[in-house]
Amino acid sequence: MKKQKGSQTFGPFDVLSEDLVFTILDLLNLNPLDKKSFSLVCKAFYAIEAKHRKTLKPLRSEHLPTVLKRYPFVNHLDLSLCPRVTDDSLNVIANACKSTLCGIDLSRSKSFSGTGLLSLAINCNNLVELDLSNATELKDTAIASVAQAKNLESLRLGRCKLITDMGIGCIAVGCRKLRLISLKWCVGVSDLGVDLIAIKCKEIRSLDLSYLPITEKCLPSILKLQYLEDLVLEGCFGIDDDSLGILKHGCKTLKKLDVSGCQNITHTGLSLLTSESGCLQQLTLSHGCPVTLSLADSLNKLSMLQSIILDGCLVTSAGLKAIGNRCMSLRELSLSKCLGVTDEGLSSLVSKQKDLRKLDITCCRKITDVSISNITNLCTSLTSLRMESCILVHRKSFVLIGQRCHSLEELDLTDNEIGNEGLKFISRCSKLSSLKIGICMNVTDMGLSHVGMSCSKLVELDLYRCTGVTDLGISAIACGCPGLTMINMAYCTDITNDSLISLSKCLKLNTLEIRGCPLVTSLGLAAIAMGCKLLRWLDIKKCHNIDDTGMISLAKYSQNLRQINLSYSSVTDVGLLSLASISCLQILTILHLKGLTPRGLATALLACGGLIKVKMHASFRALLPERLFKHLEARGCVFQWRDKMFQAELDPKCWKLQLEDMVQ
Amino acid sequence: MDPEESLCANTWARSCSSSTPRNEIQTNISPDPSSFANFSMLHNQQKWENPPVSGYGIRTEPSFQEFNQPSGTQSALPCSTHNQIKIPDRENCQVNETLLTKKLQEWDPRVMLNNLSFLEEKIHQLQELVQLLVSRRGQVLGRSDELAAQQQQLITADLTSIIVQLISTAGSLLPNVKNTLTTATPSVGQLGQLNGVAFPSGGVLNNDSKMQNNGGNKVSDQSNQIDLTGSCGTEQNYNMEEHESKDEDDMEEGENLPPGSYEILQLEKEEILAPHTHFCTICGKGFKRDANLRMHMRGHGDEYKTPAALAKPNKESSSEAMLIKRYSCPFAGCKRNKDHKKFQPLKTILCVKNHYKRTHCDKSYICSRCNTKKFSVIADLKTHEKHCGKDKWLCSCGTTFSRKDKLFGHIALFQGHTPAIPSDETKGLAGPPDREDREATYNVGSINFNFGSNPTSVNGAQNIVDVKGNVDDPSSYFSPLNFDTCNFGGFHEFPRSPFEDSDTSFAFLSPGSFNYTRKTGGESNYNNLE
Repeated sequence: MKKQKGSQTFGPFDVLSEDLVFTILDLLNLNPLDKKSFSLVCKAFYAIEAKHRKTLKPLRSEHLPTVLKRYPFVNHLDLSLCPRVTDDSLNVIANACKSTLCGIDLSRSKSFSGTGLLSLAINCNNLVELDLSNATELKDTAIASVAQAKNLESLRLGRCKLITDMGIGCIAVGCRKLRLISLKWCVGVSDLGVDLIAIKCKEIRSLDLSYLPITEKCLPSILKLQYLEDLVLEGCFGIDDDSLGILKHGCKTLKKLDVSGCQNITHTGLSLLTSESGCLQQLTLSHGCPVTLSLADSLNKLSMLQSIILDGCLVTSAGLKAIGNRCMSLRELSLSKCLGVTDEGLSSLVSKQKDLRKLDITCCRKITDVSISNITNLCTSLTSLRMESCILVHRKSFVLIGQRCHSLEELDLTDNEIGNEGLKFISRCSKLSSLKIGICMNVTDMGLSHVGMSCSKLVELDLYRCTGVTDLGISAIACGCPGLTMINMAYCTDITNDSLISLSKCLKLNTLEIRGCPLVTSLGLAAIAMGCKLLRWLDIKKCHNIDDTGMISLAKYSQNLRQINLSYSSVTDVGLLSLASISCLQILTILHLKGLTPRGLATALLACGGLIKVKMHASFRALLPERLFKHLEARGCVFQWRDKMFQAELDPKCWKLQLEDMVQ
Repeated sequence: MDPEESLCANTWARSCSSSTPRNEIQTNISPDPSSFANFSMLHNQQKWENPPVSGYGIRTEPSFQEFNQPSGTQSALPCSTHNQIKIPDRENCQVNETLLTKKLQEWDPRVMLNNLSFLEEKIHQLQELVQLLVSRRGQVLGRSDELAAQQQQLITADLTSIIVQLISTAGSLLPNVKNTLTTATPSVGQLGQLNGVAFPSGGVLNNDSKMQNNGGNKVSDQSNQIDLTGSCGTEQNYNMEEHESKDEDDMEEGENLPPGSYEILQLEKEEILAPHTHFCTICGKGFKRDANLRMHMRGHGDEYKTPAALAKPNKESSSEAMLIKRYSCPFAGCKRNKDHKKFQPLKTILCVKNHYKRTHCDKSYICSRCNTKKFSVIADLKTHEKHCGKDKWLCSCGTTFSRKDKLFGHIALFQGHTPAIPSDETKGLAGPPDREDREATYNVGSINFNFGSNPTSVNGAQNIVDVKGNVDDPSSYFSPLNFDTCNFGGFHEFPRSPFEDSDTSFAFLSPGSFNYTRKTGGESNYNNLE
């Protein structure tokens, strides 16, 4: 920097200190490509950008040596975009980063073993965070090498199925500073390993033991952990009331407890577990025992309880009423897919819980306008209301929601009877950021224009199968909600290129679903590609009029595209091959592409170096050489073969009827 | 190794390892029944007609005798029992059954009666089937071996199910047996009865189907039956051992006999270390056990063949001698020595022997696997060798554990110790089941293990090895000393556990080592005799 100062002419950046430039760079984080362009301005910028970068999410592990050389101060490495990370790569990382590296994410990577992990653990002695989830082939020896990382504080081992107590024992002895460990789905780990973790790692704050074959034997030492705040026992079928009975007192520091799916824990066990858990804030009982009066009684002592998740439980009105009476100030209540939620129960609950911020009554099919009237009347500070498929709720209720709950930020009205009138009132919720009105057939452009006019903070909009919506409505949204990042217009059959052209003004758009919109052509897609540079997820399935030209423009402009579904479109070899120039592209679905030949497919697959998942028709399996697939699999790509017949599109009305049949 | 034992082992080895089964059949079938109707016939007739109350032990004896027969009658060996047993079998069965019912009524009469009548029915059915086969014997003879084998398998299967049923019926009584074990020998005898039933019915099968196929088969059938006895025997022992305390020392301390209430005997060092304790007064040959000596004596003349001579000597005297015998270790200063301040007597001669060898002798037996562990009692070595190298739960400090929870307890206790993962990871996956599980299933396991009909002698041998494994596991789990305490219903004259014997016999026996289990069975029968 300083040398250049003398030799070159002074620019505005030369007078800024390095710190100030760093601050500017900190703000330049919307589009990853922005920093790239910054660094390409001049050598000075290149150097300062290299110095500034702390986190790195490389696309290809092959380039790690050069990339790490360029960015010497990287302390967090996210390799989730690299499907194949070999021991050599890990060696390179270990030797390049040494003690600067604090965290590394290998949750989506394969092909590494204990050797690489060992070099990482030995060289990077400041490693604090390690994510090894989904390393399904990792064995105890590899985990034993991880145990060399003495300073590890966070370790995620979800789905490491081959790990046994022995490996976990090594971790317990080696990584004494662990604060978070996730052993979800590590089905080889039993009481002994978990017990040892709890005995040796006294610092543990967060412990995820979901789906482990553990019993009561490890519970005493877990509950003796002094700092334990978050305990997840989801799907631990070995733990039942009797095993909780041996506990004299619960954990005093616990803030979050998840016993969802523990079918053997009933209110008796729960009352034992929570007898002294005075500071428990969040309790998850999903898919567990019935929510009855006695269960509510067992929550009596939890004065700090703020959040109860009861998804999928059998609920009685008395139970809900008692929860309302027992709990001091609930902020969050989830009754998603609960059977037995009635107006009576819900109304008596909300009458006592006026501070409720989040309410989920998805698929509570028995509740009617009465409940909504009570909820809107009493819980005026609601920020999130999810009420998908509350089929007995009538139009006037949505008016009430709009009139009374002005703090709403998230509203899920999927599959409800809401119409334009309702939307007009709901648009009064000016803080609304997520609105889902899928399968609301009564919504038309009128309603959407209200939303577009008032809800300027809207980020997510779901219009799935809103067949009444046309270009007018979309353009109102596009104009009124510049911060939109996600829009789903699947099966809004009337929308055309005009919608996409207006949406191209939403610069932050990263997810676009226009599945089954036959009027959309490549022209519209090109507009999106040029406007929405951040586009990551694109679904153009069944857009018959989109062809190769659309792909070419995507390839040219959407360099952030990560996932695309092209099924049933008119894309051919050429289009697919052009997509290969998008270096981020990882997931590709290409079913029923008429113009696709085996040769073209093979070329495209070989050209897309970063693919991790490809879904295609089973017929290609025989048409392409086995070695090709072997090669691609070695690169880290997974193939999903589908053998579905070509499906003609159903009439929207007919589809709705079919849906209702399924529900009943 | 006793020559006698090796002799019968040879007998067995020869009969089962015979590579030409056809020849075997010839030798088995051709001899005139009268040719081997020597003393064994006599005995059998006698014994079988005995009332079962006293005869249950002897009922199995024919087979036992037969093994010990001089080589002259060897060729006829497998057939002799069967022919003898054929007739008395049914009534015996019935008698046994009625007896059983009487006994069992105390516990759960209705269920037991149901079981028994079911068994009776099954036995009748089987009998009819076999009779049918006999009547069609001529045709069968002409047919292929395959068909005969099928028939035999059919019958074996039926028979096996009957035996299983019977054992499980008896097995339901086991806790009761255990409770009354110290005083009530008859209940142990009940298990012996089972053996009695199992044996002859097996014999019927073999006899009536006329051994259409190979002799190897027959032998293996027998071995199966013998397994039964073996397992029953071990079962008994196991129960007893459970009943008594787990460790020699504990036992002694638990006993707490007031000084003076027992007679203290002290054997000399030479006496303790002598290989043989029973000597033939005529030829001077030494034997480890009294029973073997008595068997040996038969060869010295007819006068030793009478039931009186063969019966266990001084039974009356032992029962009359009310003063309990306890033993002292001849080693001065030993806690087990009678001069020690806190003297703790040893209960049996076997205890003395093992104690002396373990405590005061060189450990001359070295484990061939690890070359580190040394033992002075060969049984201890054998026990160790079974598990040597199996301690796969390894700590970084080098300590090995046979159980994972023990390793984890160790690691939890000590700072800096960490589980050591074997380089060969596949081993970790195929670990043995936890010992607790094995123990829990032990009772069932030891009964059921050997009932699968094993049509070939190789399988039979396999079976026995398995039984041995089964038998030895708990012994190592508790302590090898356990078996010292085996009391066999208050009988001290014969203080030898079947397990010790198993070591010697196992040592020289190759695949066809039926000897071990036979011995065990024989042992238990002897006990029943007392």
